Amino acid sequence: MRFLFKTSYLQDIRLARHGGHVFWYGLLVLAMLAAPWVVSEYWLAQLTFILIYSVVGLGLMLLSGFTGLFSLGHAAFLGVGAYTEAALVGAGLPFPLAMAAAGLVSAAVGVVVGLPALRVKGIYLAIATIAFGFIVVEVFARWESVTGGNAGKHVKPPELLGWSADSDLSFYFLCLVVAVVATLAILNLLRSPTGRAFVAIRDSEVSAQSLGIHLARYKTLSFAISAALAGVGGALYAHKLKFISPDQFDILQSIDLVLMIVVGGVGSVHGAFLGAIFLITMPQVIALAKDFLPPVVGQAPGLQGTVYGLVLIGFVLFEPLGLYGRWLKLRTYFQIFPFYRKGMFKRQKSFLKSDRLK
Amino acid sequence: MLQAVQIVISGAAQGCIYGLIALGLVLIYKTTETVSFAHGELMMLGAFAGLGLMTLAGFPFWIAFLATVLAMGVFGIALERVVIRPILGQPAFTLVMLTIGIGYVARGLVTMIPGIGTETHTLPVPYKDQTWNVGALVLNVEQMVVIVATAILCAVLYAMFRYTRVGVAMQASSQNQLAAYYMGIPVRRLNGLVWGLAAAVAAVAGLLLAPITFVYANMGIIGLKAIPAAVVGGFGSLPGAIVGGLVIGIVEAASGFYLPEGFKDIAPYVVVLLMLVIRPNGIFGEKLRKKV
Repeated sequence: MRFLFKTSYLQDIRLARHGGHVFWYGLLVLAMLAAPWVVSEYWLAQLTFILIYSVVGLGLMLLSGFTGLFSLGHAAFLGVGAYTEAALVGAGLPFPLAMAAAGLVSAAVGVVVGLPALRVKGIYLAIATIAFGFIVVEVFARWESVTGGNAGKHVKPPELLGWSADSDLSFYFLCLVVAVVATLAILNLLRSPTGRAFVAIRDSEVSAQSLGIHLARYKTLSFAISAALAGVGGALYAHKLKFISPDQFDILQSIDLVLMIVVGGVGSVHGAFLGAIFLITMPQVIALAKDFLPPVVGQAPGLQGTVYGLVLIGFVLFEPLGLYGRWLKLRTYFQIFPFYRKGMFKRQKSFLKSDRLK
Repeated sequence: MLQAVQIVISGAAQGCIYGLIALGLVLIYKTTETVSFAHGELMMLGAFAGLGLMTLAGFPFWIAFLATVLAMGVFGIALERVVIRPILGQPAFTLVMLTIGIGYVARGLVTMIPGIGTETHTLPVPYKDQTWNVGALVLNVEQMVVIVATAILCAVLYAMFRYTRVGVAMQASSQNQLAAYYMGIPVRRLNGLVWGLAAAVAAVAGLLLAPITFVYANMGIIGLKAIPAAVVGGFGSLPGAIVGGLVIGIVEAASGFYLPEGFKDIAPYVVVLLMLVIRPNGIFGEKLRKKV
């Protein structure tokens, strides 16, 4: 058992709480650095996808998990970032500039969506973002001079001053750097007053407002940061796939993104990564399992959708804190070994929280 | 002019379908304060059940119709009991995720039925491919059936909510669950009944839509257009759902005809975004504010 004696406020907001954190995350970084020489080329590509989805997931986690705003149209921001990157890199811009632009354009679009969204809340916001997602996909399909329409668009590899990240290895490290920077940025944001304001808004808008938090400003800010991260993720996604078309950014992708954070664990930074790992490895697991299933089930086209649905239902019903919550429970069990009680993480029964007046 | 009338009628028929699905959404919203994203899939299940009863089992149209609606009603009640009830009282988004999951499973399972799930089917209805000529107007019977059936269903629902005990109880519990519970109304059982009712209405929508389009596993996508309909009408208002559906249907049909290609598919979403900016509570919605 480990006891933490906090003697200063700085200690309270330190990113690495204790030596264990330093050790394990250091080990993780080393493993990630060594990964290209250890794992096969195929799994390196999957790892790259996990990093890309983690960046997007971090953005969505900030919005949904920490600000309490729900977006079912986040793939649209991914698409805005991807197309911006494709267009700018295609015009010969070096990739750091293009990527920054992708983030900024996405953020700007995020603000535009966020503004009407401020007037509505809860479920209406989800509906507004769905509507927005459909409109953006249609714009991608029709604005052929920039996006190439439904035929899709090829994306050049990222370039900087004559150096080009066109190999899998260099691109992996590019994604790793972006993911690490994004994670640190989010962690830093969350321990700053801004991040605390987001969490306050999530927990209760009314009390946040009474504490002097400007709801509109912080909600828009959250939308903008979230969209920017999705845009940067989209830029990497475009480079990884080398070919983008509007149907990659439709409602199904948006639902996948939400699935990712729900399975990972809403309200935890780890959840974004665990969810990304789940989202990328799940199809592989299903493909492996197909061989062991009777052909009627194994070869059916609807298998993946069914499994996704069942997993989603399972997590919502039985593990609302997601994979990270499962890990927390396991860890707590061993930390306080003989004293773990069944109800420690039990969801509190609450009355139907009503948005209505009466 | 004539053309405009034709467009309005075909838009209204499509709008009735949206309205019927939106009706289910509103019913569910009124009891559990959340949006069911599985409602399009319930409609799809209804259409497939009808198809199975009519073609595989060979029942006549009317018996198959009633059996399907009843079966879907029971299915809705069972669904509420098994997966919805355990998480009642959780934040609205939990239930949204749950219904998205249910939708995935329903679509996936139907696709997995060998030989049927991946095909598109036509529903053999007695009024298939007939037209009426009224003056210079050419009316498609399938569309007229949709409009008339929606009108009848609305009248039945209105009568039920107005005059029956269970209908009044549903109204009471939708206004204030706690107070209704104190008055001795079995709120939980009513929630189940409302899900059953919503599923039954969705099944009717599916059976009405089937002759116009086809029966296929992805027909539930239309449920995503019913959500704008519910918002336009004002979530929480039953007449609003039908009116919203009609608005969305007619706007969609008109923009498909008068505007360039591509606008038809996004017209409902443009309308709903405008509505959310201008009047978030919809046409019939009440203006409510949360107080501490």
